Amino acid sequence: MGRGPSFWVAMAALVLAASCYPAFSDPYTIGNAAYFMVWTFMAMGLGIVWGYCGVLSFGQTAFFGLAGYAYGVVSINLGAAFGLTWLALVLSVTIGGAFALLIGYFMFYGRIKGVFIGIVTLSVTLVLETFMAQTAGPNWRIGDARLNGFNGMSGMPPLTVPWPGGDIVLYSGTALYFVLLVMVVVCYLGLRMLLNAPFGNVLVAIRENPERAEMLGYDIRLYQTLAFGLGGALAALSGTLYTAWGQYITPSSMGLTAAALPIVWVAVGGRRDITATLLGSILVIAGFQTLTIYGSQYALIVMGALLVFTVLVTPDGLISTAMHWIGSTLRRTKR
Amino acid sequence: MDFFHTIFSVMYQFGDAFAFLVISCAGLAVIFGMMGIINLAHGEFIMCGAYVTSAAGRAGLPLPLAILCGALAAAIVGIVVERLVIRHLYQRPLDSIIATWGISLIATQGVLILLGPTMAGVGTPLGSMALGERSYSIYRLVLFATSIGLLGSLYLLFYRTRFGVISRATIQKPAMARALGVDTRRVYGLTFGLGAGLAGLAGGLYAPTMTMVPTMGATFIVESFVTVVVGGADIFVGAAPAAAVLAIIRASLTAWYGHLFGQIGLLVAVIIVIRVMPGGLSGFLKRFQK
Repeated sequence: MGRGPSFWVAMAALVLAASCYPAFSDPYTIGNAAYFMVWTFMAMGLGIVWGYCGVLSFGQTAFFGLAGYAYGVVSINLGAAFGLTWLALVLSVTIGGAFALLIGYFMFYGRIKGVFIGIVTLSVTLVLETFMAQTAGPNWRIGDARLNGFNGMSGMPPLTVPWPGGDIVLYSGTALYFVLLVMVVVCYLGLRMLLNAPFGNVLVAIRENPERAEMLGYDIRLYQTLAFGLGGALAALSGTLYTAWGQYITPSSMGLTAAALPIVWVAVGGRRDITATLLGSILVIAGFQTLTIYGSQYALIVMGALLVFTVLVTPDGLISTAMHWIGSTLRRTKR
Repeated sequence: MDFFHTIFSVMYQFGDAFAFLVISCAGLAVIFGMMGIINLAHGEFIMCGAYVTSAAGRAGLPLPLAILCGALAAAIVGIVVERLVIRHLYQRPLDSIIATWGISLIATQGVLILLGPTMAGVGTPLGSMALGERSYSIYRLVLFATSIGLLGSLYLLFYRTRFGVISRATIQKPAMARALGVDTRRVYGLTFGLGAGLAGLAGGLYAPTMTMVPTMGATFIVESFVTVVVGGADIFVGAAPAAAVLAIIRASLTAWYGHLFGQIGLLVAVIIVIRVMPGGLSGFLKRFQK
């Protein structure tokens, strides 16, 4: 995947369709589509860490939440003038990524394997949630930003693009949609290149057989840590964009339910290929949104059932399996 | 006399933390140590035990019997879950985490829909006793004794009974056990049921001390996971000493800085322990045995 003319034709067609989409749609659905795209970064990050590198992380929401709070603190203190919110974005993604590198260093250089990684990452995110939930008092403030404990932090400025004749404020709407679309496309292509490069091949080699990869002379700890840091930075990007989008972040964004959601998207969508992860998670998020509107109580039950079903019946994920099926059918008809 | 009171207070704090860690992690440790499966629905089995205990207690059963009902109910649910889902995933331990997580989502939300956001609990029995200026709940002392008793009976079960021999054989060399005529599928099912039952027991024991909400399992899950990670795969040379060490850390940090720092201290301890000894305490201790 990711090489050859058919890939680029499909890619260009998709991007074109996505750019034309706002012309045929109402503002509410455009806002919704932008909201779905906010989450895709976290899904792609988990796709790399879990699907490519074989490291199951339950803690992506830790980086998500940490970066969300970091964006709040930095942007409230700096303000939104001169596009300074983008500096806040860069800073909070860096903080989230650095935290992921630190956790990754301790885990992979400590030679933790398999299920233990899941437990450690889950513990990290739950402890962060507990910590943020108790920051209610007036003494918990950084500069002008109050952390507000369980009620969450609000009042940070949304992203703004400096523009001659008045800044463009990226509230939910068409402008935000296009900015996010560009970010998703750039991010996807970058990851595609990275994963097609030797780096991606080494990650897959580690997933398939860590001992063999090590015998071939690769320092698997370094590769795993780097992949984990990258996944964390992507989750942090999602967190930052989410906070800027809703101007709101709470500790429960790091709770058990929140931590489960990225796993659901990636597992159900497909994790062995970044394209399947991206398309699958958008579909699953959209489906989940619809479910929440029409039967909010039952949404989580359906999610859980879907997860169990996927694991038992199509371990590669629904979208991956469907893509393989379509691919093999096409090949058969060509013959 | 003041000195004696301080000592007792510290011991009490330690015993409380130790009992909580041992009781809440026993089920998880049995399933993980014996089967290599991480059961993320552990908290929901605890919740199941607590709910059944409360219901039975309010229906008029004496508390010990009600707790037994809770443990039994969780064990039965555990055996059913093993048969329906877990059985197909023994070759894929990572996927079994996801599946048990799916089960936990269904259970939490299902209980919320069926039984509402909260449920009436049973009061803490046995009252309290005063010593010096502070008063101590007698029930917490009973829990400490129970945790010791639990470790003892698990030891007897695994090292002194036929079931113990067969299950340990199944764990170490499944193919050989099967060749010798052991029904390994049944052993796995029973072991999972035992783990779930222990989780239910934890829920039943702590039911009188907590509020009954569908998400109550989450309060146990971090502590029990942390204990199992620090302990490693063996419940006796791993989980039990790990619980003791962690209890000291948590009791002292909680006493000096408050509950939150107790929890953060646990996490830092975990990260340091696995950086220093990857196999957990049991792996570390086993290296000395050789």
